[in-house]
Amino acid sequence: MNTTTADHDVDGRSALSKLWNNREARSVILQILTMAALIGFFAFILSNAVANLAAVGKTFSYDFLSTPASYDINQSLIDYTSRDTHLRAGVVGLLNTLLVAACGIILATILGFILGVLRLSPNFLLNRISYCFIEFTRNVPVLLHILLIHGILVHSLPHPKVASTEFNLWDLFYLSNRGVFAPKPIMEPLFWATIIAFFAGIGFTIWFKRYAKKVQDATGKIYPVFWIGVAAIIGLPVIVYLVTGMPIVWDVPEFQRFNFKGGMVLLPEFMALWLALSLYTSAFIGEIVRSGIMSVSHGQWEAAGALGIKRSRTLNLVIIPQALRVIIPPLTSQYLNLTKNSSLAIAIGYMDVVATIGGISLMQTGKEMETMIMVIAIYLVISLIISAFMNWYNKRIKLVER
Amino acid sequence: MSEVAQHYTPGTHPDMPPPVGQRGIILWLRKNLFSSWMNSLATLIGIYLLYKIIPPLANWAVIDAVLEAGNRNECKAIADGACWAFIKDRFSILVYGFYPESLRWRVDLSFILLAAALVPILFDHIPFRKPGLIFSCVYPFIAGWLLLGGMGLEPVGTDEFGGMMLNTVVGVTGIAFSLPIGVLLALGRQSHLPIVKSISVCFIEFIRGVPLITLLFVASTMLNYFLPPGTTFDLLLRVLIMVTLFSSAYIAEVVRGGLQAIPKGQYEAADSMGLKYWQSMRLIILPQALKISIPGIVNTFIGLFKDTTLVLIIGLLDVLGIGRSSMADAQWNGLSNEVYVAIALFFFVACFGMSRYSIYLEGKLDKGHKR
Repeated sequence: MNTTTADHDVDGRSALSKLWNNREARSVILQILTMAALIGFFAFILSNAVANLAAVGKTFSYDFLSTPASYDINQSLIDYTSRDTHLRAGVVGLLNTLLVAACGIILATILGFILGVLRLSPNFLLNRISYCFIEFTRNVPVLLHILLIHGILVHSLPHPKVASTEFNLWDLFYLSNRGVFAPKPIMEPLFWATIIAFFAGIGFTIWFKRYAKKVQDATGKIYPVFWIGVAAIIGLPVIVYLVTGMPIVWDVPEFQRFNFKGGMVLLPEFMALWLALSLYTSAFIGEIVRSGIMSVSHGQWEAAGALGIKRSRTLNLVIIPQALRVIIPPLTSQYLNLTKNSSLAIAIGYMDVVATIGGISLMQTGKEMETMIMVIAIYLVISLIISAFMNWYNKRIKLVER
Repeated sequence: MSEVAQHYTPGTHPDMPPPVGQRGIILWLRKNLFSSWMNSLATLIGIYLLYKIIPPLANWAVIDAVLEAGNRNECKAIADGACWAFIKDRFSILVYGFYPESLRWRVDLSFILLAAALVPILFDHIPFRKPGLIFSCVYPFIAGWLLLGGMGLEPVGTDEFGGMMLNTVVGVTGIAFSLPIGVLLALGRQSHLPIVKSISVCFIEFIRGVPLITLLFVASTMLNYFLPPGTTFDLLLRVLIMVTLFSSAYIAEVVRGGLQAIPKGQYEAADSMGLKYWQSMRLIILPQALKISIPGIVNTFIGLFKDTTLVLIIGLLDVLGIGRSSMADAQWNGLSNEVYVAIALFFFVACFGMSRYSIYLEGKLDKGHKR
């Protein structure tokens, strides 16, 4: 890099200055300095942490995970009592987080696509309604949505006693301030046949789609893949279910003195969190869908028309693949946001992973460092999994450019 | 109607208005609401939705609302709509928190100065923009002095901050300090030095992978462990640091998008001019990259401002926290919807304003790129 010429005595400078003007050398020096500063910083805070922990007489260990948690959790997907360990409480919390995140992602996607399509509708009224909904929803903090919906559910819905007569849908569903009560399915042994039929339907549809494509490539004949797929995935299990004699018993909730007995209950906390997260995220997804569809230029419709492709097939073959390319990356970050926002559950007392491990376990054991590291690690792993999956999907639908 | 045949010599025919169905409101209705039977059906659905939503809402919020009452029972006695008297009663605490009453002029003054400091940043065709921008840069320190006191003013502890004022303080501080850090992180992520690059990537991905609430918990429970023994500092300051770091990671990603959108020729041109790294960034790359990432930056700020409500979970009394604690008042028990709706309106106005500004900017920036 440094070339010395006869009339410029560059070598007169100090060795350090020469080093600094050499690009490679400078980059090495800079990186060594950064690394040293970083290591120094971590050494500093770690030594502080060790000293501080020693000063208050705490040790860094995860032994507390195997001690009894001794607190109750109001919603649990697996068996849990207060005599179980902190670890199990944490797993219950994690499952609750995943449950609300999965339910939220499904509902938010459906609502978001509806909103996005309505935003593009030529109908002035629906267009405006959807616009107002989106703007009102996304410009208000999600925590406020959660608290507002929780407040409405708890304060406006009636006590179970009133709900058993007034907020009663066909004697099966009851809306009360203790939650939504619904019949609970109890599966009998023969039910596995229906489950197998369901998966067989999916397998058949995948095979049939490939087969139909082969036939179309060879002969140009087009099969109604969608309807045959619907018949296989939904129809087949229904037939098997009926043939095996409907092997599901419904445990219907019944009102007894003070509260409902039996059935399953969706707690107001879960309902509030689920609805609030879904509504809030659906507003963002609606805008993403709208901009995705708008990004496909009108010329694509005309080109497909010029090729003689039917309008419904144009949508499937030309427009949606191109729009998805624009929609998927921001959609991923909305899914991640929804999952991370589910941590706000703690504000209304839904027992997610932050409320169990990072909340009550932390308070009871005083292990701030250990519990917070666990919670952070859990969220990092969830985020990585979701983004890895969406990256894989994104790669699959990417346009192949030649 | 009987048609009277009329004859005109060529060129003398008077201009006739278009037929009734082809102009004015009827044309508009036909085109936008009843262009096909599907569209007409959609219009009917829309009207039904509005009928279901608007009248009950208007009844609750306006027609049956109570503006003057001493407590909840008085409200109930007058009408059974919203009890806005409650908000009226609590308005000053919702805005100022527990800031001493005699010193509230300082909060007002800093809000007014904030508006003055924002104008030169937001709009570029105004007189005295240069000195205005200098004032904008100094503003955070002036506001800090006004709010905290000291140096001639009576000091006020940060535990007395609250309400909308706390949201604004956290939001504005986060915005002001996260922008430079975010730009540095974005440059670090684009850097050719592998260690600098990997540190930036790790930091950004770590922050973006965890919810803000866990970072706030870290600030409130375990940050003190990492400080030299014996030192401790203010909870609000810890929160501000965390909020700033959090939004700087998001800003960094937005700015990275801007940096990647700059054509390679610009980097090469800067190199061929003999500019050093910082010179080329400062003079050539960043002005262009920041300009195209402004809408994204504004959106990040909207998100940050909404996220300031999260501080209530670690016990700071922001506007939502104060609203929640005032619901527990025995006199006004059970008025949660009024409080939440009022606070939602405040955030809606602030955030909708910001998003309108971002759309205005997008339109303004678009002109330069369209050919």
